[in-house]
Amino acid sequence: MRYILLILGLAVASVMIVAGKRGDMSRKPPIEMWDDMDRQYKLRPQTSANLSPDGRSSRLPVEGTIARGQRFADVPENTGRKPGTTNYVDTIPVAVTPALIERGQERFNINCSPCHGKTGDGNGITKKIGAMPIVATLHDPRIVGLVDGEIFGVISYGKGLMSGYAANVPVEDRWAIVAYVRALQLARLGTADDVPAEHKADLLKK
Amino acid sequence: MSDVFPKWTNRLPLLVIVGVSLAGTAAMAGVWYYLTPKYTRVGYQPKQPVAFSHAIHADQLGLDCRYCHSTVEKSAHSNVPATSTCMNCHNQVLKEDPKLALVRESFESGKPIPWVWIHKTPDYVYFNHSVHVNRGVSCVHCHGRIDKMDEVYHAKPLSMAFCLDCHREPEKFLRDPKLVTDLKYTVTAEKQELDGKKFVHDWKVNSSQACSTCHR
Ligand code: HEC
Ligand code: HEC
Ligand code: HEC
Ligand code: HEC
Ligand code: HEC
Ligand code: HEC
Repeated sequence: MRYILLILGLAVASVMIVAGKRGDMSRKPPIEMWDDMDRQYKLRPQTSANLSPDGRSSRLPVEGTIARGQRFADVPENTGRKPGTTNYVDTIPVAVTPALIERGQERFNINCSPCHGKTGDGNGITKKIGAMPIVATLHDPRIVGLVDGEIFGVISYGKGLMSGYAANVPVEDRWAIVAYVRALQLARLGTADDVPAEHKADLLKK
Repeated sequence: MSDVFPKWTNRLPLLVIVGVSLAGTAAMAGVWYYLTPKYTRVGYQPKQPVAFSHAIHADQLGLDCRYCHSTVEKSAHSNVPATSTCMNCHNQVLKEDPKLALVRESFESGKPIPWVWIHKTPDYVYFNHSVHVNRGVSCVHCHGRIDKMDEVYHAKPLSMAFCLDCHREPEKFLRDPKLVTDLKYTVTAEKQELDGKKFVHDWKVNSSQACSTCHR
């Protein structure tokens, strides 16, 4: 009896020493027993695939083709430019609604505020910690003077040290951000005279 | 003649029964404890090709998850960011730093950084990020406190039982979708109960438990 218990005890102890406990850190990938269903012959996004010449499962679109739902028409909503020209449109070509501005606020805070700051004054975290010395303030009179289409262009293609955000920010959201940037500029540069008469009283209360 | 079987063999059947049942119990306990994603997956922390830290970028710099994981609200797959996303900042920040050598190399050559995929459901499971994120299921339920991790590890089992625990009673987990990327968010039990019931009702949340929801 003693021996049986001893052997069993040793076996349990050695398993526990080798295998550790739940939640232990490990560099090795999880074991997958019978992995023929777990890993099938199918391609999942962002993996490697030796089928394609560049070794990626997610293929780049063939040149000259358009994906379903992709915007391609030469209209101001898609390009920010007057059709057939390279001139930027003066005003946002989509309907500016409170919902659009709210969406713009959310997207601005995600995509732009790390550098430009939540108020657009160019004091985002990257500047505060001194990692990025030059970040434009969006309240600069020159930038306030840019037409809406040009700000759309900066978001899409970047400018100078700023890279374009076309890959991360879809077209609709870019117009939402433009609308919100305008709202920020108004909030910063506006004067009491810009407040509609019926709301003037609210202003004085504060 | 009487010594063919020594006396102790009288106890042999008993020893065998006790021994086998003890060994069997131990083996069962071992299977129960070890052969589950709670053991096999949780704590998986592969070495990544670049020493990228979520603690620095998401917590200290305060970047929103969606700055990098930009498809998480729109598609089933949550993308790991392209190198160009890193270079938005690192074209100026730590421009010469050897820790980022591979990032710059990848940016120039166009060859993606070979990040190691950590959370990887089996191919027979259908999972969709956008449905969850847009219904107020936070990243933290399924990935843990990523914003405190220097190196990402698998914090939750992501087993079928784990998925179903929530699918059976989503009201315990849902929050305002605006707050899904706020991993610090805490809420009192009473507010969660009120909010959860309201969200489930208002949005007609249907976190189905039918097999074909996740196995199609
Ligand atoms: C990674 C940091 C970073 C992010 C994020 C960023 N920007 Fe910029 N932005 C810059 C820098 C740096 C400049 C100055 C570029 C220069 O003058 O070379 C700039 C300049 C600008 C300008 C002025 C362009 C001009 O004509 O001089 C606008 C407008 C602008 N950004 C808008 C945005 C918007 C909108 C977003 C969000 C979609 C955004 N930026 C996100 C870094 C950033
Ligand atoms: C600066 C860009 C950036 C930000 C911001 C960011 N991530 Fe990541 N994330 C990455 C990169 C790059 C990887 C791949 C390398 C790794 O696993 O560390 C990754 C990996 C992950 C993974 C593991 C993916 C896998 O392989 O299974 C999860 C989960 C994740 N991030 C969640 C989050 C959450 C939640 C947030 C918000 C708190 C966040 N990330 C913010 C860039 C970012
Ligand atoms: C919003 C700007 C921004 C983005 C986007 C960004 N980083 Fe960073 N990164 C920083 C800053 C700021 C630091 C800290 C610099 C310091 O410590 O002085 C940093 C630090 C680092 C470090 C050094 C960490 C250490 O241990 O010192 C690495 C490696 C790094 N980033 C990789 C990446 C990768 C990979 C990506 C793309 C997934 C990325 N970064 C995207 C701003 C950014
Ligand atoms: C309901 C659970 C759940 C939620 C909520 C969730 N994830 Fe995931 N995540 C998963 C699962 C499961 C996987 C593995 C998916 C797979 O195998 O494709 C995963 C994988 C990932 C990956 C690796 C790439 C991929 O798609 O396989 C990243 C990056 C990621 N999640 C980021 C996030 C971020 C950021 C959030 C919050 C905005 C989030 N996740 C919210 C369950 C979740
Ligand atoms: C914390 C809660 C939670 C967890 C954990 C969770 N889910 Fe869900 N899931 C939901 C909710 C809520 C819905 C319903 C959304 C709706 O009705 O719009 C849902 C819906 C789904 C759907 C339906 C999508 C569609 O196209 O209709 C799938 C598939 C799914 N979940 C898979 C999974 C898998 C796989 C896991 C485990 C890796 C998981 N879920 C973990 C809350 C959760
Ligand atoms: C909410 C999503 C969800 C639903 C609903 C669901 N499953 Fe699963 N199932 C999973 C996930 C995720 C896994 C992968 C578990 C793992 O890898 O640890 C899985 C794994 C399995 C496995 C493999 C067992 C294993 O552990 O390897 C079987 C068999 C299975 N499911 C059967 C079913 C059946 C039968 C139903 C209907 C009664 C069902 N599932 C409903 C998500 C789901």
